[in-house]
Amino acid sequence: MRSLSIRLGGVLCALALGLGGCAPKAASAPQEQDQAAPSVKEKGKRNQAAEFELKDASGKVVKLSDYRGKVVLLNFWATWCGPCKIEIPWFKDFQKTYKDRGFTVLGVSMDEDGWEAVKPYIAEKELNYPVVLGTEEVDQKYGGIEGLPTTFILDRDGKIAAVHVGLVSKKQYADDIEQLLQ
Amino acid sequence: MQTTLSNFFNSAAALVLLSAGAFGQSAPVLTVHEPAKLVVKRTENPVFALKVAIAQGYHANSNTPSEEYLIPMKLTWDATGPLTAGEVVFPKAKMEKFSFSDKPLSIFDGEFEIVTKFKRAANPQLGPGFVAGKLRYQACNDKMCLPPKTVEVKLPVLMQ
Repeated sequence: MRSLSIRLGGVLCALALGLGGCAPKAASAPQEQDQAAPSVKEKGKRNQAAEFELKDASGKVVKLSDYRGKVVLLNFWATWCGPCKIEIPWFKDFQKTYKDRGFTVLGVSMDEDGWEAVKPYIAEKELNYPVVLGTEEVDQKYGGIEGLPTTFILDRDGKIAAVHVGLVSKKQYADDIEQLLQ
Repeated sequence: MQTTLSNFFNSAAALVLLSAGAFGQSAPVLTVHEPAKLVVKRTENPVFALKVAIAQGYHANSNTPSEEYLIPMKLTWDATGPLTAGEVVFPKAKMEKFSFSDKPLSIFDGEFEIVTKFKRAANPQLGPGFVAGKLRYQACNDKMCLPPKTVEVKLPVLMQ
């Protein structure tokens, strides 16, 4: 199984900013996050995002470092994940709005059924951003993904500026992106 | 309800239950109560209720999810052994709306039982034995989802 692991969830917790910890909690409405403090870390406190090489639907190898110089919204998701489904139209909007300012969304699917499940989904949802298939190795490199969606927002230097575990508001993402594009 | 659930977690010898994935949660979202030995009298076709509890704040998709993209809960039993599984009966699912869903979803939460109607195998070996099963589920809370997981269940039986 291309399984996620939460054994190293604590590492992710350490990375997560402004999330109030990573323990599963009864949910609050995503809108409440609009009131949250800005989630982007100060420049000097950001850690380098782990490099990876993963394949896209055409078999082409995609390296994270290919996007150096851009702000990257690195989204771990799966086709069976309801909260992930909510975010996809937002990410399509971001890709359209911010692409020319040096931004990209990069989706990492953690579907255990691989492209068989993901390709039809990409076609149906008309995703306008690159999607690669995740591996357990990448999951581990990112601290063991606790749950989906988990989204890392990387600055132009490939450093992790913000982490969001679970569904947050579109505005929260937009604020993070805008801040990093300035 | 909260107290009941808490008691359940405390009293359950919480089967450990190996998972097919690498998920090593310290506090599992779904626990299965360790089944008591099922004594099967001669010519009897027994019924077994698997007790399941889902941690507060979480839910699992029911056996009949309301959306095609959702992964259903499934309980399957090995065909080899002194008993053969017949009908598996899940409780009535709840319909509940979440912040990530436009419409209510068919889910299970809290404590519930999944009933399996077994048939005695032809010429079963008498005495102690077990029937192995697997409970497959996928859980979420209102904001995030956990990967699908398979829990192994071992039902001890005494064939008379």
